[in-house]
Formats: sequence, C-alpha cells, structure tokens
Amino acid sequence: MLEQLLERARREADEAEVFWIEGVETPVAFEANRLKLVESKETSGVALRIIKGGRTGFSSTTDLRDVERLVQQALETIPFGPKAYASLPGVQESPLVKVYDEAVEHFPIEKMAHLGQSLLDSLHQRWAQVTWDGQVAKSVMTVRILNTRGLDVSYRKTVFSVAFEGTLIKDTDMLFVWEGDSSCRPIEELSGIRKGLEEQLELGQRVVAAPEGQVPVVFTQRGILGALLYPLLTGFNGHSVALGASPLIGKLGQRLFDPRLSLWDDPTMEMIAGSRAFDDEGTPTERVCLVDEGVAGTFLFDLQTAGQVGAKNTGSAHRTLGSLPSPGASVILMKQGNVPYGDLISGLKKALVVERVLGAGQGNVMGGEFSGNVLLGYRVEDGRIIGRVKDTMISGNVYKVLSSLLALTKESRWVGGYFCGPALCTDAVSISSKGKGS
Amino acid sequence: MRDILEEAIKGHNTDYVEVRVEETRSTHVAYRGRELEEIGEASDLGGCVRAIYRGGQGFVSFNSLSDLRERAAEAARYARVVGGEKTVLAPVPVVNEVVPAVVKKDPRLVPLRSKKEILDRYLDTIWRTPGVSSATISYADSYKRKVFASSEGSYVEQSRLDVTVRLSVLARDGGDVQQAALSLGSNGDFGLVENLDRDVEELARKAVALLKAPRIQGREYTVILDPVLAGVFIHEAFGHLSEADHVYEQPALREIMTLGKTFGTPLLNVVDGGAIPGLRGSYEYDDEGVAATRTYLLREGVLVGRLHSRETAGKMGERPTGNGRAIGYRFPPIVRMTNTIIEPGKLSLEELLAGVKEGVYVKNWHGGMTSLEMFTFSSGEAYMLRNGRVGELIRPVVLSGNLFSTLKNIDAVGNDLDVNQGGGCGKGGQFPLPVSNGSPHIRIQKCLVSGA
Repeated sequence: MLEQLLERARREADEAEVFWIEGVETPVAFEANRLKLVESKETSGVALRIIKGGRTGFSSTTDLRDVERLVQQALETIPFGPKAYASLPGVQESPLVKVYDEAVEHFPIEKMAHLGQSLLDSLHQRWAQVTWDGQVAKSVMTVRILNTRGLDVSYRKTVFSVAFEGTLIKDTDMLFVWEGDSSCRPIEELSGIRKGLEEQLELGQRVVAAPEGQVPVVFTQRGILGALLYPLLTGFNGHSVALGASPLIGKLGQRLFDPRLSLWDDPTMEMIAGSRAFDDEGTPTERVCLVDEGVAGTFLFDLQTAGQVGAKNTGSAHRTLGSLPSPGASVILMKQGNVPYGDLISGLKKALVVERVLGAGQGNVMGGEFSGNVLLGYRVEDGRIIGRVKDTMISGNVYKVLSSLLALTKESRWVGGYFCGPALCTDAVSISSKGKGS
Repeated sequence: MRDILEEAIKGHNTDYVEVRVEETRSTHVAYRGRELEEIGEASDLGGCVRAIYRGGQGFVSFNSLSDLRERAAEAARYARVVGGEKTVLAPVPVVNEVVPAVVKKDPRLVPLRSKKEILDRYLDTIWRTPGVSSATISYADSYKRKVFASSEGSYVEQSRLDVTVRLSVLARDGGDVQQAALSLGSNGDFGLVENLDRDVEELARKAVALLKAPRIQGREYTVILDPVLAGVFIHEAFGHLSEADHVYEQPALREIMTLGKTFGTPLLNVVDGGAIPGLRGSYEYDDEGVAATRTYLLREGVLVGRLHSRETAGKMGERPTGNGRAIGYRFPPIVRMTNTIIEPGKLSLEELLAGVKEGVYVKNWHGGMTSLEMFTFSSGEAYMLRNGRVGELIRPVVLSGNLFSTLKNIDAVGNDLDVNQGGGCGKGGQFPLPVSNGSPHIRIQKCLVSGA
C-alpha cells in the first residue's frame, strides 16, 4: 500500500515521501495505591510530503480507507506550501542502533501489574500516609520511511517505562515525590526507584525557610532536565537559527560556557528510549557535539532548517503524524565533573538544592531565561541538607548559569531515558521567597 | 453506525462498557519567521472502548474500526485483570441525542487561499514594525464528529467546530530576546480570525517595547490581574483543585476540600460549566454521555461544589456534573474543567487601582501550571503601579504562590467580566483541551512576583 501511494505521488510531483507509523502502547496504571486501569492504545497512520516546483505539500491520515485522498490533499496545498530548501535524503549508510527487545513486546500485563503493585505495597508499608499513583508501561512501534530518491528504511522500537509519584499531605502542606525510569528492555528491578522515592520523602519531611540572599544553587540531574535543558536546547535548535532568533547565532566556536561543560545529543546510544538509527526523514543519526569544553559546537538541524541556513543536516528531525518534521534533541549527554555529590553538599555553607521546578518553561525561553516555583528543593546549612523549602521561586539565565559553574559532580545519572549527566552547582541563580519584601 | 456500536458492546460480562468513535478533519497553517512553514489538511478516524468490572477499568483505542466487538472483548479482559472491588458509577439518565455543531461562520467554507491571505496580512503588519526579529503564527480549524454508546443504552452523536489562532512576535537586541503573544479561540466562528489587524499591530509594538523595559526585583507585591490573567489564575489555582479526581481518594485532601469551608473573601464567586453556552468549553454532553451542567465552586468565598466524572461523583456521593472529558479517542475521560469564571463584582478598574501605593499590573497570559497547593503562572505584559496609577512597562513577570493564602488575599473584584478563549488545558497527558477562562480585574495583596 505504501509503495503504491509513493508511486501515485511520484506521478504528480517532483519528489515524494511517505512516512508510516504503527504502534501499540500498553500502560498499566495505579491510582491511590492500587491498580486502576489497563490500557492498550493502538496507532497507525500515514503522512505524505511532496515537493513540486520548489514548494512543499503535506497531508496525513489515520483513516487507512482513505489513502487515495492523500495525494489530492497534498497537491491542493502545493500552491501555498512552504518553499522546499532541500531535496529529500537518498540512500545512505546509517549506524546500527539497537532499540528493540522482544522481551518487552511479550511482557505479560499481569506481570506488569504485579511489578507495580509489589513496589506500592512495600512503599505503603513504610509510608502509610503517602498516596501513590503511577504506571508501568510498555510500547512497541514501527516506523517506515520511503521516498522517491530510493530511500526505504524502517525500524522497530520497544520502550518499557516505570514512573511513580507519591503525595504526602499534612494540613495544607503538600509534598510531591517522583521517580521514573525507561529503557528499550524490560525494567524488572525497581529497587532504585523505591530508593529514590524514599530518599525524597526523608529529605522532604521537615519544612524549613528558604536560604536568604545570593547563595549557591545545586541542580540535581532532574533539576537540570526540568529547569535548564529546555531553554538551552531552544538556542541550539535549528528552528531558532532559521528564525534568526537563537542568541547563539554567530557564536559557534566561541567559548560561551565554563570549560568543564561538554554536551552532546547522541541518538546512537543502544537500548535508550530516545535513540534511533535514522531520524524521522530517514537521515542517519550521529553523535552531535553541542558544547565542547565550553565552546559552542553545532546546532541541531533537520532537512528543511539545514537547507534554509546552508548548514549540514545533523539527522535531528522529529515529527508527529499530523505535521511536517522539525529539528530537536534525542538523547542529551553531559560530561561529568570530578566532585563527589556528597563532598559538594558537605562543602556548602548555605545553599539551595533544586530537584523539581514547576512552570520553568514559561517566560523568555529563547533568551535562555528560566523561572519557576521550586516544587521539590532542599536547604543546605553547614554542609548538610536540613529540610525542604516552600514558597520559593528561582530565576536565571541558562547561559549565565552554565558559564559560572562552581562544580559538576563525579556521578552521572539517567533521567527518563532522555538525559544523562552530573548534578551541577552555580551561583548565578536568584531566589525569591514568600515572606520577604513588602 | 448505531447498530454496529450497540452490537459491539453487548454481553461482555462486565459492569459497564462504552464505545466512542471520532472522525476529525482539520486544516492548519503555520508561519515561522517570514516563511510559511506548514499548510496542510489532516483526517483522523479512530475509536475506543472502555470497560469497567468490579471497579477496575480496561481501555482500548484503535484506528481501524473493523473487529469492534473483539476490541470490546479486549477491554473487558483488561478490566477483569484490574477489578477487585465494586464498580461505583453515579446513576445518570439514559439519553438519545444528536447534537449538531454550533456554527457561526464556517471555516470549512473558506478556501485555504483566503485563510492564507488573512494570515499573510498579519505577517506583513508584524514585519513592518521596526525592531521585530521574528514571528510565529499558527492557525487551525477542526471539525469533529463524536459518537458515544454505552451498555446502559445511551447514544449521543455530537459535532463540534473549533477555531484557534496564535500569534507570537519576537524582538531582539543582541542576546536579549523578548516576546509578546496573542492566543484566541472560538467554538464555531471563523470570524474570530478576520479582523485582528489592530491587535496584531499592537502586539508587534509591545514585543519591541519590552526590550527597553526594566526588570522587576523579585518579592511580594500588591498585584492587579487583568481579566485574561485572572481567568488563568482561577483555572490553574482553584479549578484544578476542584476536579474531584484529585480529591476523592486522598483523605487528607478531602478534608481540606470539605464543602462549606471558607476559601476566599465573600467577594469571590466562581462557576464552571459546559452548559454556559457559546464558549470553547461549551458542550451538551460530556464523553461519558452525561449532560453538561453549571456548577458553582465558590459562593461568597465558601466551597459549595466540585467537578465530577461519574466515578468520582459515585464515590463521593455527590451529583454528577458532566465534566468527564477526553481530548480524543486515544484517552479515557477524566475530570476536566469547561468554562471557568470568576463572577463580576462592583468595582471599576479605577477603584481597584485607587488603593495601591506600589504594585504590579499584570496582563495577558503566557503560561501556567499547578501542583494543587502551589501555582505559578506568567504574564504576557506587566506595568508598575504607583499611587493608584499604571506606571512604566516592565519585563513580564511570573506570579507564584500558595493557593490557600492567595485566595484569601483577593481584596477587590472588578465589574468588567471578560472571557478568554485561547486556552488549551493539559492534564494527565491530555493536551490541549478546549476550555475558556473568564474574570473581571481582580486585586491580590502580597503576591510573590519574580522577573521572568
């Protein structure tokens, strides 16, 4: 069917591409400490992109009875379609990236339910007042991309994920703890997740005032993912460059960050949820260096944005069925430092540790700014975490934060199959909290 | 269709089964910079079955509508893996209804070329403004037909036409980038998109002006919220807490949210309802086949109601409110808001301003999030307030705080109700759900403000 669609489109257009996606996602969900819902979500759909007279046409459908209409619809958009800045990719050699494990596909639902329930039961025994929600989920998906330049690639990916959140309410104080993991293989060992949740509950038991004045701020791995990565990656996104909006334009090759900072986007890591051998246009993926020892390296481009600014396509296209591809990061790696986390904390007289931030992606993201409410954060006093802070906001600029690092930790950690790196400490964040000022 | 659906959900040996089928045709146009980035049409057909057995739920969604009966059996099988207690669904009347879309000006009758011409005009206006460095415009319309059938015998067909447009302008000075944005939406009226020339011109000017605006010192201030931001505030800060699924299995939260408790000043009246007509969150029946209502959440500051699905209403022994909504066939319905409104008071904006020696006037919406107790939301525009007057433009700010203390700190409610329809609400992975928020100007004492 896909070949026929491509043939039909070829007759009408200069170039054509068929994108096919099919998948099943099966979450087993827990609510209020018990099993609540088993879902199976099946998706299949096809998108058609054509190029004719230098313009792009597009259409998509999940109604496979209706594939005939796709060519017509895409043609209708051609007169107004965006200018095509590049030809579709031809056949190229792509890296071998394993992202499929049969064991995920055949993992029984009953066993997923049991895994989650055992975790909750053991947590409930020790933390009876905490309400737990979460899910154990698996997904299998197949992507296939064909184009009129002879490209015909496909892969199958499995993802297994576990995520749980606990809520502890005392009077009107609410403590939220969260831990999760994902992999292309089944995750059957949940003791790390349990440990993470318990540690957050222990550190968060006591509520203390936020530290006053300009103090160092430690972002844990989760804090980095939640507050810093989004504004930073917005600057590295090929779209921001094509728009002329990225503050990094004209600054590649310059030392903009602390020399200890190195950062990559690496979709070629095996069995990582964000990995893939080629991107959503069929371009082979590669490990892309965004920051090399403080020096800004490369932007992330897809076909269109690379063509637009005359840069090399980095194989960073992402797409959903209903829209044209756009560039983005897949798996972000940050080089670790040399300070053990324990030593970092014990060496701080006064500091704030940021684990989770609420609403950080608001405000002037393009300019690198972040600002949000500390959903989970701790106060450090004389080298020790003394409790959780409340009613506290942090704000800063990610370019300033990453150019004035006090430390990067020796330990690296994965968060969500998307980011792996150290925790970091900076003195370029301002803290405001309730009860100060007018 | 009806026969097929009813046949598919019969006799699965569970307490309840429902099937939904949805067909959507949509058009979207997007610009980035000076370029048209996307223009296209999409069609989406899919369905889902939800089965409930002894309190446990099984849910299956799919694109292919063949073997509906087998899908229902699969959902029933999952429900049996989960079920171990008792199914409690608040009883609702069996309904049989066909509800056509509300249509004022039908975007499906407007040629793609004309849609593009209107947006081109706005893009020109933006780029004519000196200092603009970039812009994005995205327009979408969609026509969705939904069919619902349940094992209790209800059958509802509903259609809906949704129109949205979002414009965002960037201005840049070296590494400093500022942004101003406008989001609008309508239930069934393309006319919304047609006459925005003056708004767009002002939007572009605002983005450029922000580059020269000073940044505020982060601390507590007296703030006045315009109707748009006040609407977002009540949605984020109180609306989500009124969704019974957050509350019904959390004994501590149930205690906090006891009906009859005082949450705010007597000035505060808050209502939510799909039955409030003509707005983006309006509908006749929710995705559980329950008729939409109008539910007071706060009356004179006192908690008098909350929003329910059939399950939460059943488990809390309260009346269902018709707030079980799903963003599409890939999701089961959960408790959601519809049109959430702070009712107007008696004071004019001048009277609100009069009491403020130093404060911040915050306008327009940039985003917002909540974790029940804590909320944070960002303004699109902000001005200093000095001695009862609106002063200089400052950089946009983020307001943040604790819901319970903030509601008590609302000390004045204006008389100028306005409803914003550009919002899309996210919850449990379901985003963006069409909702609207409305409010007059309101004043809050001691609100934590930080520079964005």
